[in-house]
Amino acid sequence: MIKSKKQKFGNLIIQVALIILAVYMFLPIYLTVVMSVKPTEELFVFPPKLYTLRPTLSNFTSMLESARQNRVPFSRYLFNTVAVTFSVTLCQCVFVSMGAFVLAKCEFYGKKLVNALIITALLYQSNVIYIMQYMVMSKVGIINTPLALILPSIASPIGFFLMKQSIAQIPDSMIESAKIDGAGLFRICWQIVMPNQKPALMTLIIFAFQASWNIQGGSLIFDEQLKTLPSVILQISSSGLARAGEAMASAVFLLIPPVVVFTLAQRQIMDTMVHSGIK
Amino acid sequence: MNLKEKIKRNMDCYLMLAPFMLFFTVFTVLPVAMSLPIGFTDFNMVQTPKFVGLDNYITLFLSDKVFMKSIRTTIIFAFVTAPLSYVMCFLLAWLISGLKRPLRNVLTLIFYIPSMANLYAVWRIIFSGDMNGWLNSFLIDIGFLQSPVQWLTDSRYVLGVAIVVQLWISLGAGFLALSAGFRSIDKSLYETAYIEGMNSKWQELVYIVIPCMKPQMLFAGIMQIVSSFTADSVVRELVGFPSTDYKAHTIMTHAFDYGWVRFEMGYASAICTVLFVVMFVCSRFVNRIFGSER
Repeated sequence: MIKSKKQKFGNLIIQVALIILAVYMFLPIYLTVVMSVKPTEELFVFPPKLYTLRPTLSNFTSMLESARQNRVPFSRYLFNTVAVTFSVTLCQCVFVSMGAFVLAKCEFYGKKLVNALIITALLYQSNVIYIMQYMVMSKVGIINTPLALILPSIASPIGFFLMKQSIAQIPDSMIESAKIDGAGLFRICWQIVMPNQKPALMTLIIFAFQASWNIQGGSLIFDEQLKTLPSVILQISSSGLARAGEAMASAVFLLIPPVVVFTLAQRQIMDTMVHSGIK
Repeated sequence: MNLKEKIKRNMDCYLMLAPFMLFFTVFTVLPVAMSLPIGFTDFNMVQTPKFVGLDNYITLFLSDKVFMKSIRTTIIFAFVTAPLSYVMCFLLAWLISGLKRPLRNVLTLIFYIPSMANLYAVWRIIFSGDMNGWLNSFLIDIGFLQSPVQWLTDSRYVLGVAIVVQLWISLGAGFLALSAGFRSIDKSLYETAYIEGMNSKWQELVYIVIPCMKPQMLFAGIMQIVSSFTADSVVRELVGFPSTDYKAHTIMTHAFDYGWVRFEMGYASAICTVLFVVMFVCSRFVNRIFGSER
């Protein structure tokens, strides 16, 4: 009897901890959304309120208004971001799928080295190598061109790794029988393996989409013509508390596309992440 | 069979791997490899690099006081956020795994949102130093504080604030891997174990969950280490750059300072090299823990 009380207490502690964590995770998102639809006069009421009774879209319209004050039309930024996102995602899917297939299912000289490089590269992503990447890009001469935004994001080690782990689950016999039927590796990859890898492909698309949608360009792009939506919108959000409503509206605005894509593909992502284990 | 024949025989493999490897080499391998030699030079992006031997490292470790501070900050920051964020990923993934479908998917999305985009703005308002700051007004309301605290500029609090926000955005790929891992555990294992006499959540965790999920746990571990050690934009966006008294100045922020602000690329490379080495050692360590008993 005493024992079971102790266990009940243990379970209770876990549950309380989980609820606190969940609130901590959820509250800021909730506040962002609420503040994005609060009318301006309610934003600075003391004490702050957790809800609004008169939701408005005025923050969104004034955000678009501020973005319009730039010399370049808003649609141009949107186009840049969509173009970058699309090219990165497409190239990543094609290149990563082919490479991951070869690495997972073929034997060749140097395979171990490539494998080790990619596992190690999981460590050295994003901002650590940003400065070095800049030097490489300036040597190659693509600074201040759209290529500077696209090319570095194509070869994603995470995407490659997940794809490889997922393809490794396919039985070898399937590939062997296709080889006996005379299919080349390229055809096996696209006609036999990839149709079975829709979940992994969706995962790849999500990660690529998310990463490239948020590309700001920072020091890589000087021309206003070539700047992306996040770089412009985040200028608004960092311009002080007085424009808090607009800042929240811009955060929500930028968040919508990734959230939609993630929601649509969640099942597939989970099916792929099962194989994310490092072996 | 000699090497040439071996390569010729698998030509199609190499061709299919080539496009990825090209971009991978140019934009990931080359930058990392370059940081070592450039770390030995004085290089400002305009003139040709000048070889200076170990000068950068000597300055870095012997006379750069800010760097010494940043090492301390990074260690505190990483040693708090990496394990805590890992435990958080684990607990939340665990919580979610026990729920029914629609609720489970909604919660996964909510927990994942912070890592999706740049959402620091709300934290700046929560921690804002005047009475309008949400945290200040809440704490004054319940009588915990008498006057507002400058969360974002007071040197006593900036690192803590950065840690709280870093934890909030840290449920990324590692979290997804773990929650997928939980879903993949065979449910009949639990039933059998409960029939055999297992009777608490703790036992469930120790005897079923952890043994089943080692591979995903290793992946998540590496993800959390990377994001903790390379945290930089959180700090700069939230508590300013440079932060008060350099109290939240991480190694990465230091590299940012020399790389982007002062364009001393040689020195920045040396800083990055140090960071690479530290991260590599840490990942080996994680590999030891989770990878050995396979």
